[in-house]
Amino acid sequence: MSVVEWETVVGLEVHCELETATKLFCGCRNAFGDEPNTNICPVCLGLPGSLPVLNRQAVEFAMRIGAALHCDVRPSIFHRKNYFYPDMPKDYQISQYDEPINVEGWLELPDGSRVGIERAHMEEDTGKTTHVGTSGRIHGADYALVDYNRAGVPLVEIVSKPDIRSAEQARAYVSELRAILLAVGVSDARMEEGSLRVDANVSVRHAGSDQYGTRCEVKNMNSLRSLGRAVDYEVARQVALLEAGERVVQETRHWDEDDGRTHSLRSKEEAFDYRYFPEPDLVPVAPSPDWVASVRAALPALPAERRVALASRAGVAPADVATVVSLGLDELVTSAIDAGADPRLALARAGNEVAADIERAPSLEAAAFARVLAMEGEGRLTATQSKQVLGELLASGGDPEEIARAHGFEAMGDDALVSVVDEVIVAHPAEADRLRGGESKLTGFFVGKVMAATAGKADGKAVTRLLRERLG
Amino acid sequence: MPGMPRRISRDDVAHVAWLARLDVTDDELERFTEQLGAILEHAADVAALDTSGVPPTAHPLPLANVLRDDVPHESLDRDEVLAEAPTAEDGRSCSPHPGRGRVSAAATASSVRTGERRAREVVEEALALVESGDGALHAFNNVLIEEALAAADEVDRQVAAGVDPGPLAGVPVALKDNLCTRGVATTCSSRILDGWRPPYDATVVARLRDAGAVVVGKTNMDEFAMGSSTENSAFGPTRNPCDPSRVPGGSSGGSAAAVAAGFVPVALGSDTGGSIRQPAALCGVVGVKPTYGLVSRYGLVAFASSLDQIGPFAATVEDAALALEVIAGHDPCDSTSIAEPAPSLVAVLGDGVEGLRVGVVRELTDGCDADVRARLAEAVAGLESAGAKVEEVSVPAAAYGLSAYYLIAPAEASSNLARYDGVRYGLRVQGTDVAAMYGRTRAAGFGPEVKRRIMLGTYALSAGYYDAYYGQAQRVRTLIIRDFDAAYRDHDLLVSPTTPTTAFPIGAKADDPLAMYLSDVCTVPSNLAGQPAMTVPFGRGDDGLPVGVQVLAPARGEAVMFRAAAVLEAHAP
Ligand SMILES: [Zn+2]
Repeated sequence: MSVVEWETVVGLEVHCELETATKLFCGCRNAFGDEPNTNICPVCLGLPGSLPVLNRQAVEFAMRIGAALHCDVRPSIFHRKNYFYPDMPKDYQISQYDEPINVEGWLELPDGSRVGIERAHMEEDTGKTTHVGTSGRIHGADYALVDYNRAGVPLVEIVSKPDIRSAEQARAYVSELRAILLAVGVSDARMEEGSLRVDANVSVRHAGSDQYGTRCEVKNMNSLRSLGRAVDYEVARQVALLEAGERVVQETRHWDEDDGRTHSLRSKEEAFDYRYFPEPDLVPVAPSPDWVASVRAALPALPAERRVALASRAGVAPADVATVVSLGLDELVTSAIDAGADPRLALARAGNEVAADIERAPSLEAAAFARVLAMEGEGRLTATQSKQVLGELLASGGDPEEIARAHGFEAMGDDALVSVVDEVIVAHPAEADRLRGGESKLTGFFVGKVMAATAGKADGKAVTRLLRERLG
Repeated sequence: MPGMPRRISRDDVAHVAWLARLDVTDDELERFTEQLGAILEHAADVAALDTSGVPPTAHPLPLANVLRDDVPHESLDRDEVLAEAPTAEDGRSCSPHPGRGRVSAAATASSVRTGERRAREVVEEALALVESGDGALHAFNNVLIEEALAAADEVDRQVAAGVDPGPLAGVPVALKDNLCTRGVATTCSSRILDGWRPPYDATVVARLRDAGAVVVGKTNMDEFAMGSSTENSAFGPTRNPCDPSRVPGGSSGGSAAAVAAGFVPVALGSDTGGSIRQPAALCGVVGVKPTYGLVSRYGLVAFASSLDQIGPFAATVEDAALALEVIAGHDPCDSTSIAEPAPSLVAVLGDGVEGLRVGVVRELTDGCDADVRARLAEAVAGLESAGAKVEEVSVPAAAYGLSAYYLIAPAEASSNLARYDGVRYGLRVQGTDVAAMYGRTRAAGFGPEVKRRIMLGTYALSAGYYDAYYGQAQRVRTLIIRDFDAAYRDHDLLVSPTTPTTAFPIGAKADDPLAMYLSDVCTVPSNLAGQPAMTVPFGRGDDGLPVGVQVLAPARGEAVMFRAAAVLEAHAP
């Protein structure tokens, strides 16, 4: 039996909501989470007679994205994409079609691989439909409620080339793209809240083939995790079909987080004919070379560059600092290292504890962070205590020393610790003999006993050292 | 060059109807297949034209980078928007005598500004004329008695307080019913907008109000401005005040009739392919289609966005100039609005045409009736006697105007009219699901001409036909602009008849869309080129009905166009 090797081919379409003050074509506030239908006007409601006027800031943000993705930023026009949908007030979407503002760029992942960018174009978001009914699904809903606050919110759609070869790489791509969008300050890029939406075009082919297989567009992944699961599922589904001698049908499929499968969304007769044509209510956008140059010049350091910088400062590999950089915590870590913190400890605390409360991370002062790391490094705080102090700093600020004192977190000095260690050794003579005999896994047993006896105030490293002195 | 597409089939029409979410009966399918086939066959001249190397024209004027600052405005009130339920039409009262009170807007405004006359008195008079005369004509869909009287009182209060109400103080005006008026039904003479009350005023409406004008009513029109006779109205046709058995022209027939009947000295209409000039000519009044972008389209319910312009009707050239000065000028709410200041018009009306070079456009004249051409010849003699140098000129691509127009306008309309889907406002016919609601609502809400154009336009944009139809028509548009530009290198102005015939009888062309379309042949090229044109009444045809002479000018050439119009008015029989 011959074994065919299958290659995964993925291209991603990422919609990113821009954090402008107002919508793309009207002055309504662009705000997430407001009362439904309270940011509306004739333009974003598509009322008869209304006309769009383009938001300069949205164009600037789109150009920033293009520049950050190494795209050619070009003169562009808007088209109308015609199709009927209740959450689309005009029953057409104003989007960019064959003359988008950004084309032909690339993005480098932490592992050094590059994914090509085909285009990154501007378009308006639709309203949001809530289907109300017994089943809770689109089909079979009794009625629908539409919130037009989101209608007209500026989006940039970033379309990758089909360069992605695994679910893992797809996740890395979105994670990197997200880091870039945050770095250039155009979006909060949250998948869970829908300000970053990812659709995946997935196909498979025989390894080594230069032909693409039939692809399916998979929608409705609302986290990196579901993106990875959806791609893996879809690849397995397609491989199973092909190995059974069937064919893959080109279609849109909906990822269902609960059953972990993709489902066919539309029947064939609903194939779309969008009847694109140039939007006559808008004029071309042709950013001057000066404007493009000033946007490029004002770009902040991008994640790839920052990874290299932080990795060399911390003496680790660039891939080891990817999380910290993607969360924008590299400055925090660098200044802690500058203040004398152990680089690996700083990376670990930033990548875990600070990352866990990333909403509040901007309020964390670098000096306070460095202080906590120093206290931990000097053995004045145990790892557990250090994490707790950090958590409190993030939650309500303050002075690390005072927080530690208020909790009675003074790591025990050697004098106090020695007597506890000795008591524990006396209480467990058999285990002590075995450890003496070289059964080193029993170190953990004694550390645990000392920790229990000191209610966690002991520093694990100090206990290990004392045990080695006595039983080593 | 795109090849000649095959003839449209019944299946094509069924597919297009589905794309456009229009439920059609078998009978309709049969009829539409035949009619669309005939229209597309007529447009074959455009499809066959060699346009290799010609870029398409999407916008008639070379504008770019129109951007607004990222500064928030207030939201509309949610409850006001959600309360968009259908309401009954305001009543209108009728009696059979057309009014003949004709005081110019300029004279009225100056007497109101000086306190000589009260606006209330002027407006009451206009309302009385409408009340006694409009039953026979049906120029108005909706007469706004209370609103008009309240607005007139406000003008009078301003005068009493020593505040100048503006250049149109107390002047009663009528608005085509596709101009949004806050809180007042705006129907486009369509069932589908049944009861819709816009939450905002069109820019032109706001400017009229700011200038002291008093809106007395909304006028009848062909549904969504699609037509040339005002017969395609869901509320019944308007009649021509010069002969009630005849059409007033269209699509702004109600506004033309309201001015011709003397109800109001000034009315606004919209002109996409001649919808101001053609009815003005047929009713014997002045009508102006300004340069694309001179007047804001914000609040004009869109028909074909790249062609639509708002303009005035008036009994005199001076009143038309006065009204256009008030409504023209840059509007940040319209991306296609010209940024430069609008030209002064009233001040130049007496400047004459001495030394101007005028061309008579052969392609827009040859096919016209003999009596119409005879009036044009007299008009030319008038211009010559005033010192203009007149000669015949050819604008070859203008001959393709009609075909290009009937591909571009329906295509844009098919998209502009998608939003009438029963979801947010106007008519809704329930269905088992959303798709069924769309199809039923749109089938019940739109009249036959609107359906025809939506299908034609959907077809012209659909996969596989875009290049042969819409794309090709846009390239022909470029050729038309080039040919006009060439003509304007040697001429300051062009002239032609406004319409090939005088007003035709009601019902004469109702069943033959193509024959109806041909009445726009002289007017559509200006819309495609984005250039200004106006009609001035000039005598009568053999049937005793009005004839109009069209004056065409290069983009933003309104001042010189009005100078010639004033001379023609002075020489008219
Ligand atoms: Zn808005």
